[in-house]
Amino acid sequence: MSDTATTGGAASRMPRFLRKVDPAVATSFACIIALLVFGSLYSTSFLSPEYLLQQLKVASFLGVIATGMMLVILLGQIDLSVPWTVTTGAMMASAAAAFGPAGIVLAIPFGILCGILIGLVNGIGVAYLRIPSMIITLATNAVAQGLMVVYTGGFSPQDSASEAMRWLATGSLVPGVPNAVVVWALIGAVTVFVLTRTTFGRSVYAIGNRERAAYLSGVDTRRIVMIAFAAAGGLSAFGGVLLAGYASKAAQSMGDPYLLPSIAAVVLGGTSILGGRGSYLGTVAGVILITLLQSILSVMQMPEAGRQIIYGVVIVAMLLLYGRAPASR
Amino acid sequence: MSEWRYWFAEQKGTLLALGIFIAMFVIYTANHPAGFTANVVQTASNKGVLLAFVAMAQTLVVITAGIDLSVGMIFLLTNCLASWIVVGTPLETALGVIAVLLVGVLCGALNGAIVIYGRLQPIVATIATGSIYFGIALLLRPYPGGSVNEDLADALTGRLFGVIPSSLVALVVVVLVVWVPFRRSVYGRAAYAAGSSEVAAYMSGVPIKRGKFLAYTLGGLLAAIGGLFLTFFTYTGEAAYASGNAYTLFSIAAVVLGGVSLFGGRGSAIGAIFGAFAFRTIGDLLFVFDLDPLWQPLFQGVVLLIAVSLGAFALFRVKNRLEWFG
Repeated sequence: MSDTATTGGAASRMPRFLRKVDPAVATSFACIIALLVFGSLYSTSFLSPEYLLQQLKVASFLGVIATGMMLVILLGQIDLSVPWTVTTGAMMASAAAAFGPAGIVLAIPFGILCGILIGLVNGIGVAYLRIPSMIITLATNAVAQGLMVVYTGGFSPQDSASEAMRWLATGSLVPGVPNAVVVWALIGAVTVFVLTRTTFGRSVYAIGNRERAAYLSGVDTRRIVMIAFAAAGGLSAFGGVLLAGYASKAAQSMGDPYLLPSIAAVVLGGTSILGGRGSYLGTVAGVILITLLQSILSVMQMPEAGRQIIYGVVIVAMLLLYGRAPASR
Repeated sequence: MSEWRYWFAEQKGTLLALGIFIAMFVIYTANHPAGFTANVVQTASNKGVLLAFVAMAQTLVVITAGIDLSVGMIFLLTNCLASWIVVGTPLETALGVIAVLLVGVLCGALNGAIVIYGRLQPIVATIATGSIYFGIALLLRPYPGGSVNEDLADALTGRLFGVIPSSLVALVVVVLVVWVPFRRSVYGRAAYAAGSSEVAAYMSGVPIKRGKFLAYTLGGLLAAIGGLFLTFFTYTGEAAYASGNAYTLFSIAAVVLGGVSLFGGRGSAIGAIFGAFAFRTIGDLLFVFDLDPLWQPLFQGVVLLIAVSLGAFALFRVKNRLEWFG
C-alpha cells in the first residue's frame, strides 16, 4: 500500500503529459536506449540505420506473435500453444503452396485459417468448457504437434514457401522499409483501434479485470473469450507464415523459440499477467527490447548457454523492477 | 460411516487415477508379447518412476495454486551435474548424490524466493528461471556424455529379491520421507490453505509464506531426485531442450490425470504418481498394438485433450451461472 502512495505523490508533482505515461512502458523504453548505448560502446555499427532496420524486421515476426499473446493475456489467460501453432501455420501454408496455382493464391489464408482453428479449439475449451487455459492450450499444442509429425513423417517438409510469402517477409514495397515491418505496423494499428475504440476491445479489458462483473453488465463474455483465442491462434499462424517466408521453408520445432519471448515481451511491456491492464505500446517496447537483447548477445558471440542464463536473469530482474504484485494485506 | 464418506471425497481424484492406471496397465500387459513378467514390470516401473518424481515436484507447487514451468529444466540440470560428480569411491559417490540434491533444493528455493518474496507471477518467473537452469545445464554438458557410479545405478534400477523393481521401492521411500511428513506438518497444511484461499489463510494467521516456500523448495528436491534417477538409467548427462520441455508438459498432464486441482488446495502427490504411471502406460500402449511410432505424439495429445475436457462435466452440476466465472 505504501508503494502506491509514494508513487502517487511523486506522480502528482510531475507535468501532466508525464503522469499519463505508464511507468512500465517508460522503463522498458529506457532499457531499450540503455541497450543501444551499451551496444554502441561494443561496436559502432550498432547505431547505423541498416542495423536498426534489420532488427525491426526480425522484431516484426515476434511482434505479430506477441500481439496475439497480448490479447489472450489481457483476458487473464495464457496461450501455451504458440510453438506448434506457429509451426502449423508455416507448414500448412507451404503445403498449400505446392498445390498448383490455386494453392499458391490460397497459401497464406490457408495457413492462417489452420491457426484460427487451433485457436478456436482453445477458445471453446476455455470459454465454454471452463478448462484452465494453461492446460487446454498445452493439450492443443500437443495435438497440433502430433498432427504435424504424422503429416511430415517426423522430418522437415520438402515444400517451400510461395513467392507471396517470401515477398511479405523479405521484400520491401517502399524502398528501405521491409515489408515485414509494414505488416507489423498494420496489425499493430488495427489492434490499437480494436482494443481502444471498439466494444470488443473494451470487453476484453473488462473480462480481464473481472469476468463476473462483465457478464452481469451484459457482455457475452464467453463469445468474446472464444474470439480472442481464435484471433491469437490466427496471429501466431500468420507469424509462422512470415517466418516460413523468411527462411523460405517450414521446419520442425521452428516455433519453439517464440513461446517464452512472446510472453516475456508482453509482460515486460507492462501488461499484467493477471489481465485487464496493459497497452499495445508497451508490447511494442517489450518486443523491441527482447529482439535487441537477443541480437546483442549474439553479436557478442555469447554461447547458447550464456545467452539462456543472461536472458532469464534479465527477465527476472526487469520484472522485479516493475512487475511485482501488491503485498497481501 | 460419514468418516468414510469424507475420506472418499478427499481421495476421489487419487482413486480415479489409480483406476485409470490399473485399467491401462492390464490392457498393456495383456497385449504385451512377454506378458506379465518381472522384466516387463521393471521396465515399465523404471520409465514411470522418472515422470512420477517430476510430477510429485509439480504437485507440491500446484497445491499452492502456483505452477512450476522449470521442473523439467531442474531435472535436466541435476542430470547433467550428476553425470559429473556421482562417480568414484562410495564416499565420493555419496557426497556427489548429496551435492546434486542440494542443487535441486537451491533451484527450488530460488523459484520460491522469486515467486513469494519477489511477488512475481509463477508462470513468468519459472519460465525465466527455467531458462537460467537450462543455460547452466548446457554449460555443464555442451555435448551428451559423462558417467555415473554403475554399481549404485544398477542397484537402483534393478530388482530386489528378483521380483520387486528397486526404482519402485525408491519411489515409496521418497514418498514416506518427503511427502508424508510434509503433508502432515504445519507447513504442508499451510501450503494447502494458501492454495485454497490465500486471503482466508492469511487472515487465520497460517504461515503461508513459509509453507509455500517449503513447497517450492521440496519441489526442487524431488525434481533433483528425478534427475539423479535419469542419470542412473542412461549413465550419461544430456542437456536436451526438447526433453526438458516434454517433462514439464508431461508433469502437468500427470498432475491433472492424478486429480490435483490446478486452482490449488486439492489433490495429493500420490494421485500425481498414479497419473504419471497412467500417462506413461498410455504412451506405451501404442507399441504393444504395433502402431507406427509416428502416431505416438498425436495419440498422447488426444488422450491429454480428452482427459482435460472430462473436467467440464462438473459444469452441469453448477446451478448458478455466475459460478462459471470463478
